[in-house]
Amino acid sequence: MAEKTYFDPADLKKFGNITEFQEEMGKKFFAWYGEVFKEGALTEREKSLIALAVAHTVQCPYCIDAYSHDCLEKGADEEQMMEAVHVAAAIKSGATLVFGVQMMNHVKNVSM
Amino acid sequence: MSIKQRSKSLSSRQSELSDTFVQLEVLNGRRAVDVQFVPFGKKIAEHGHAPLKPAALEIFQINVGKLCNQSCAHCHVDAGPDKKQENMSRATMERCLEIIAATPSIHSVDITGGAPELNPHFRWLVETCRNLGKKVMHRCNLTVLLSNPRFADLPAFFAEQQVHLISSLPHFSKNRTDSQRGEGVFEDSIAALRMLNAAGYGKAGSGLALDLVYKPSGAFLPAGQGTLEPEFKRQLKRKYDVDFNSLFCITNMPISRFLDYLLETGNYAEYMEKLIGAFNPATVPGLMCRNTISVSWDGYLYDCDFNQMLDLKVAPAHSRHINDFDSKALDERAIVLNQHCYGCTAGAGSSCGGEIA
Repeated sequence: MAEKTYFDPADLKKFGNITEFQEEMGKKFFAWYGEVFKEGALTEREKSLIALAVAHTVQCPYCIDAYSHDCLEKGADEEQMMEAVHVAAAIKSGATLVFGVQMMNHVKNVSM
Repeated sequence: MSIKQRSKSLSSRQSELSDTFVQLEVLNGRRAVDVQFVPFGKKIAEHGHAPLKPAALEIFQINVGKLCNQSCAHCHVDAGPDKKQENMSRATMERCLEIIAATPSIHSVDITGGAPELNPHFRWLVETCRNLGKKVMHRCNLTVLLSNPRFADLPAFFAEQQVHLISSLPHFSKNRTDSQRGEGVFEDSIAALRMLNAAGYGKAGSGLALDLVYKPSGAFLPAGQGTLEPEFKRQLKRKYDVDFNSLFCITNMPISRFLDYLLETGNYAEYMEKLIGAFNPATVPGLMCRNTISVSWDGYLYDCDFNQMLDLKVAPAHSRHINDFDSKALDERAIVLNQHCYGCTAGAGSSCGGEIA
């Protein structure tokens, strides 16, 4: 059967179904996942904002939808959410730029 | 500053949803939508709560009218500046007060609207309730305090009468507040909160309670009060030096203008699924309809303010108006339920006083 798209928003609701093919690991994953997002040293809202940032770096459309919604439910506002995305973008671009040092090292090594 | 109205009333737009029958048709999947959900009555019956019966009547909630200086996008009352006719008369208030005086179990009067301050008999109603020895909870939208110079002394009046204030502030951010309540509302709300703080409200040791109400500015559910209240306190103090006592997290009911918003934006089915998916039977014993009676501007009786806005009057046919108030029949009534009731039983539950369970 031909699929119209690789990313169907309706698939997010089926995430729990991954236990169908490997029940034990799936159940362990969801139990651990639930624990991770509980209030701890970090608040639930802080964890949700971190998740939103990570969702952008891994470019997961399901996660972006899920954690945009979750951040709103946890009381974050647009400014906080966009700042979280900027943090993700800063790390990602920084990780690219820091390799510039390697490039510079190599250039200097082979240059007069 | 002046407020730019966020919305118009359904009636002024001549929306078919201004007919409460149409809203009930939508909620029951017979109109505008192609989804039907488990009837709320059946859901609570599965958990042994049917028929839902009241406990002792403790709170007499009076909706003094639909006139308001704001026209918010989510308003379940469909209130606004155009609602000049639907406001409670002095005679109706007098009859309410006779009932309050004659019913010892009523310890609190909950005054709501609209903006109740716009009713010319508001101050007299507050004073008379206090003279009867009842606690007065007043739902103040904040901005009304700045809407006319004649309201500038209201913080002092509230303090003198020891009124418990409950005020809507959907967020500590301007964007999220104004997107729900109208441009300029946030700024005026902060100014009003400062006036109330100056009168002692929200200040430790003053005995003057100022609680805020958080309702989501969109098609999502509120977080727990335990999560949001510290953040609201921290941000409002840090940014604006504003204090308050508690934050009540209230779920938006899928009725009136919020129902219109859900339908217009294609969020209706998903929102209902969220409410129903979050159904929590532990909330049922604490539902506000069990200890409250709600009176409309024209004196009709309802199990809650939401039933009032859907025109679902109390069950006893001979006691549906304050002029026919039969306390025994009301004590024995079955509470009228419909699909919007899922809004009060989702998650930690929702009532006019915030979370339930």
